[in-house]
Amino acid sequence: MSDPNPQSGSPDKEPASEAQAAQTALGNTEQAEPATPGRSAPESEPKPSLGRLFLDNLWAANTFTVTLLSLVLAIVVGAVLMIISDPDVLSTYSYITSRPSDALNSSWTLVSEAYANLFKGSIFDPEAFSGWLNGDNGWQAVLAPISETLTYAAPLVFTGLAVALAFRGGLFNIGAQGQATIGVILAALAGFLLPLPPGLHLLVAVLAGALGGAIWGFIPGILKARAGAHEVINTIMLNYVATYFLTWLIVQNGVQDPTRTDAISKAVDTSAQLPRLLGDNLRVHAGILLAVLATWGVAWLLNRSTLGFELRAVGANPDAARTAGISVTRTYTLIMVFSGILAGLGGSNMVLGSTASALTPLVVAQIGFDGILVALLGRVKPWGVLLAALLFGALQAGGNRMQSYSGISLELVTVLQALIVIFIAAPALVKAIFQLRAARAARLQTSLAKGW
Amino acid sequence: MSTMAVPDVAVAPVDAGFWTRNRKVGLVLLALGLLAAVLFGALATDQQARFTLSDDAAGAALEINGTIGAILFGIIAIAAGAALLAGVPKRWFLTVLGVGLVGFVLSFLCWQVSAAPTGQNFMPLVNIIRGTFILALPLIFGALAGVLCERSGVVNVAIEGQLLMGAFSGALFGSLSGSVWVGLVAAAIGGAFISLLLAVFAIRYLVDQVVIGIVLNLLAVGVTGFLYERLMQTDATKYNSAPRFGNWNIPLLEDIPVLGPALFRGNIFLYLGLLLVLVIHIGLFRTRWGLRTRSVGEHPTAADTLGVKVLRVRYRNVLLAGVVAGIGGASYTLALYSFTKNMIGGKGFIALAALIFGRWNPTGALLAALFFGFADQLATYLGAINSVIPSQFLAMLPYLATILAVAGLVGRVRAPAADGKPYIKG
Repeated sequence: MSDPNPQSGSPDKEPASEAQAAQTALGNTEQAEPATPGRSAPESEPKPSLGRLFLDNLWAANTFTVTLLSLVLAIVVGAVLMIISDPDVLSTYSYITSRPSDALNSSWTLVSEAYANLFKGSIFDPEAFSGWLNGDNGWQAVLAPISETLTYAAPLVFTGLAVALAFRGGLFNIGAQGQATIGVILAALAGFLLPLPPGLHLLVAVLAGALGGAIWGFIPGILKARAGAHEVINTIMLNYVATYFLTWLIVQNGVQDPTRTDAISKAVDTSAQLPRLLGDNLRVHAGILLAVLATWGVAWLLNRSTLGFELRAVGANPDAARTAGISVTRTYTLIMVFSGILAGLGGSNMVLGSTASALTPLVVAQIGFDGILVALLGRVKPWGVLLAALLFGALQAGGNRMQSYSGISLELVTVLQALIVIFIAAPALVKAIFQLRAARAARLQTSLAKGW
Repeated sequence: MSTMAVPDVAVAPVDAGFWTRNRKVGLVLLALGLLAAVLFGALATDQQARFTLSDDAAGAALEINGTIGAILFGIIAIAAGAALLAGVPKRWFLTVLGVGLVGFVLSFLCWQVSAAPTGQNFMPLVNIIRGTFILALPLIFGALAGVLCERSGVVNVAIEGQLLMGAFSGALFGSLSGSVWVGLVAAAIGGAFISLLLAVFAIRYLVDQVVIGIVLNLLAVGVTGFLYERLMQTDATKYNSAPRFGNWNIPLLEDIPVLGPALFRGNIFLYLGLLLVLVIHIGLFRTRWGLRTRSVGEHPTAADTLGVKVLRVRYRNVLLAGVVAGIGGASYTLALYSFTKNMIGGKGFIALAALIFGRWNPTGALLAALFFGFADQLATYLGAINSVIPSQFLAMLPYLATILAVAGLVGRVRAPAADGKPYIKG
């Protein structure tokens, strides 16, 4: 491709030169980025082969490549963190000039073992597989990593969808955490206070979670629509109100587990728990199926429904949407309610699934904040969010194994997640680091800055 | 807020005849006063409520009968509410509102103190004031960091991360060097590091500033938590035993009754925080730097036309904000506690609330931070006297107050016009 005069070009000189003239006439739009000398050559060909096109696009700043390279960058930074925080390995760097192999070997051992454990804990463990072949352990052990990944991913799908849906409507819902908290409260209360038959009980508990999220999403929604109060500020504040409400509620009579003195509520009845999919030994539960269903639902809502159209119109340009007769007030409120419903469902997943069966102050973990990262990583598209949640679930599941086997703190997973999203949010940075060429149809800006 | 207001709704009418905003506030205050006089008055006991001017029960005290106090201060709140309802000149609005709110709080305190278990019917004012300031300190630093950033047009949601990184590097390098001053400088650099990331991504790469702020918070939590578990927990004496600043008594001022022992026997961070409020306030409204900062935050294009280097001003202010917040983080690790995972625990977000509640103004932010600190301290105090008011509800107070403020119920707040909007020259 560095050859400026391709042999396979048209035998007739005239059309080729015309094409080149047109190319120059097109002006700077095509060649804005530093064009390598050979850049124009393949384009003068009548039709480059499919393989060539593929290769050209592969190293361009498209969504896929940037995501992949962001992952790589995050993993590299994570490795550096591991090395500088290990005094033993770090000491080998004091004599790196005399014996570089020591430093390199010890670093490699540390990092590769940690990341291998991350992989084994989240996707596939070869030892468990050979153990199954030899009859040492059952098939469950082989599926255990995947089961863990799916368990962690399920609530993140919901909160990720919640944030993504609001984003599409031009709202930044930082309150998924609070909405999930209120959701988890109502789901748990329905789970241990209502004496209902199995099946119905589960349904009621799940819907109670959704209702809780809806209430907590409605407040910033209506404040935004009626008073113009910024949703970012209000959702941040409501997160904390929800957290304090949870810590207060847990220790009240009728809620607290009477046999315990610490802050833990009664356990959710088994009739209100999401059924496990692969037997009692594996934690994966029906929540992940609900999550896929929700993804489909949100995709339908966004792309096929009237509300979705209005929502996207408002998100793209509220003024134009209003001119076209869409009620921005109503849309903003609805967006936040739907977003809250999704986050609330994520919350019910935490207490009705296998992660926990009772309320504790930390029952919601970080799913709301992680949901923001998931939504950004998934490019605020429903199926993208699903994939991103799977990746984050895998990191979480693998992180657990990394912590117990390699002694690498689980916090590294938080670092990796944050780094991935930082790089994704700044595609120009990734593009500069790897010298990527501009993509043909790049829409890489995850979100448009618009301030308070 | 101004940019996102939805114009197709009935925007709060500027002048709706009799029911102006001030009158509505007056009505709310009147209702609060009634609540105080009736409910608090009924619940208060006949015990003397003592507000001692010292650290404990001893010494001189302001005393009032619980029931009488609760009703009396409730009536003051009612009177203030009625005055607002009747209509007072605009310049008196804040004063009257303040008197009414203080009356409400005092009525509440009379009830609480008189209803405390026997022998605990006192409130040590020195203790309360000192605690308020200590709890408000990270909020003051954090809110000032917010002021510096946002006045120049960069939204700073990463205050939490800046405080945390400051606390961490202060503890780490303070321990390694054994010097508080090295720790202090390291803390400032740590905060500035998060700020640098914020600046580069927000200004250079035009990433949404709220998004990058949130992500940076998570990054700070992750990095400090990771290094804490890997380094500090394995060898706490080497990595996590930073020396601490002692208390410096200020001669003369420390002899002022109540305020002296509460405020002028504190550590360097207290003095530094109050000084910074003054310096930043004067700097922002009285100097060339402040004018440029504000112009860049309100109308960068105009500022650029006049030759102000918009991006340079923003970079500088964001970095300064990191330094201030980093020092705020050190007010934990170099004065009070050793570092623990996620030790800021949401204070950065309350600081953000204080910034908004204080209307992007250093002095306003100080007052808001003190109010939030007081709510925090009150929660501790009420917990100690076994109050019926759950401490969690008091802890919600700052957040609820901020929501009310942002919704325009306690006066409209307005962010700098260009806050959060990246500036692209051309």
